[in-house]
Amino acid sequence: MSLETDDVKRIAHLARLAIDEADIPGYARNLSNILDLVEQMNSVNTDAVRPMAHPMDAQQRLRPDVVTEVNQREKFLANAPLAEAGLFLVPKVIE
Amino acid sequence: MQWETVIGLEIHTQLATRSKIFSAASTAYGAEANTQACAVDLGLPGVLPVLNAEVVTMAIKFGLAIDATVAPLSVFARKNYFYPDLPKGYQISQMELPIVEHGKLEISLEDGTKKVIGVTRAHLEEDAGKSLHEDFQGMTGIDLNRAGTPLLEIVSEPDMRSAKEAVAYMKKMHSLVRYLGISDGNMQEGSFRCDANVSVRPKGQKEFGTRAELKNINSFRFVERAINIEVERQIDILEAGGKVVQETRLYDANKDETRSMRSKEEAMDYRYFPDPDLLPVEITAEQIETVRQTLPELPEAKKTRFISDYQLSEYDADILTNSRELADYFEDVARQSGETKLSANWVIGELSAMLNKEGKDISVSPVSADMLAGMLIRIKDNTISGKIAKEVFEAMWQGEGDADTIIDNKGLRQISDTGAIEKVLDEIIAANPQQFDQLKGGKDKLMGFFVGQVMKAMGGKANPAQVNELMKKKLA
Repeated sequence: MSLETDDVKRIAHLARLAIDEADIPGYARNLSNILDLVEQMNSVNTDAVRPMAHPMDAQQRLRPDVVTEVNQREKFLANAPLAEAGLFLVPKVIE
Repeated sequence: MQWETVIGLEIHTQLATRSKIFSAASTAYGAEANTQACAVDLGLPGVLPVLNAEVVTMAIKFGLAIDATVAPLSVFARKNYFYPDLPKGYQISQMELPIVEHGKLEISLEDGTKKVIGVTRAHLEEDAGKSLHEDFQGMTGIDLNRAGTPLLEIVSEPDMRSAKEAVAYMKKMHSLVRYLGISDGNMQEGSFRCDANVSVRPKGQKEFGTRAELKNINSFRFVERAINIEVERQIDILEAGGKVVQETRLYDANKDETRSMRSKEEAMDYRYFPDPDLLPVEITAEQIETVRQTLPELPEAKKTRFISDYQLSEYDADILTNSRELADYFEDVARQSGETKLSANWVIGELSAMLNKEGKDISVSPVSADMLAGMLIRIKDNTISGKIAKEVFEAMWQGEGDADTIIDNKGLRQISDTGAIEKVLDEIIAANPQQFDQLKGGKDKLMGFFVGQVMKAMGGKANPAQVNELMKKKLA
């Protein structure tokens, strides 16, 4: 399977990556190679194999439903470029 | 052409945990902005999500209640999209292996028929934060208190065929999650919200039509309105020879219309993959059994019991089991007063009417179950008539004390003294000789006139049965 320029642009847009136009053919080639490898693996019969959700053979540990976090708003807001009235401010987004 | 509507619902219900699904920050509603958003909720580098045990228990409860399969192994996945109220750039959700699958829920329709609606799946996920678009000099304000709040998304089969069925299903589901105690179901606070997938097809056609998804409908009334309006829109398009476009639409309650949200459609490629920060969740058969033991009596079972134990009509039992709180209240009143039918009538009638009128929940009713039972006992032992009881109830509602206090303070005790009633009756007969002759002559409806006059003269306190009795004697 080979990716075209438009596919690369779309993937970059979905991941919010700014890429140079000049680099696109290289990305397309490398990504296509990865997909080719997946294609190759597809030819193996895996009917009896359970899909692996995680490389570690362990199960999720659970946490009791207890509130232990305290309010650290001022510290967190100090990391943000802009904040006001206890809110993080971002460029206007309108649906 | 005859059209058939096909509806499937996705309900997001907020789970009533103390802490968030993957962090130990509080989920309490209404806190000051960003005071309940911790490093995990903010997606700061180096943090890891740890799953809340209570969330798993609640999902198991739900699965058992809808006769579903609780997955022995379920997996969390990342749903990737960018929006400022989603700090990590992905929402942790479940895709291929949800925690609950293949359930069902029976709904009752207005004509009394029942219908089983399939539940495809229910999966766990985290909620996003809140964007505030006003007041910040052209900027958007972000409050992340809600980020990481646990949600159970309940996805139905496309089994509903009208807006009414969709509302019945949503109400039933709402009642169920509250019975189970897994959600407060508060729709104003967004604890229970719904997306509807709506399509139409020519009656008799097997294939589904192209559907539109109506987003974020947060009241039962709006669900019905939104679906009906969307169905009309789709039929108009099809009858004009056009095609319905598959898209997400928003219901605008003010304009009473649905409109396209195309902007969101373009970016719709969530690139789900298993979240490497979380291991698969294993649920054993023993664990499921333990949870099963804690299940409360569910609405259907309660309704059946009410009908058989209290000889209530199906209609009354249906209303009384609508919520667990109402059912408990009724049972409390019935037990204390020993009058089941009277209790049902007052709870469904006067009490519910007052609660509705003032938009109050039964849990904050000014008239407690003890107070209502106390009043019913006074009806039963003939201290007051049913008519005076309305006055007593009103006074209890206004906070004037319990029934006995009010009856004494207002002098509402029913007069069952035959002599006293007869005296008044004689006076009224003497004052209305013409009517009395007509009544004797067979004009029966004047009976009501005389009884009414006596009641009026005695301030409603005469025992009506006795007045009737005495009146009959006078005519004999």
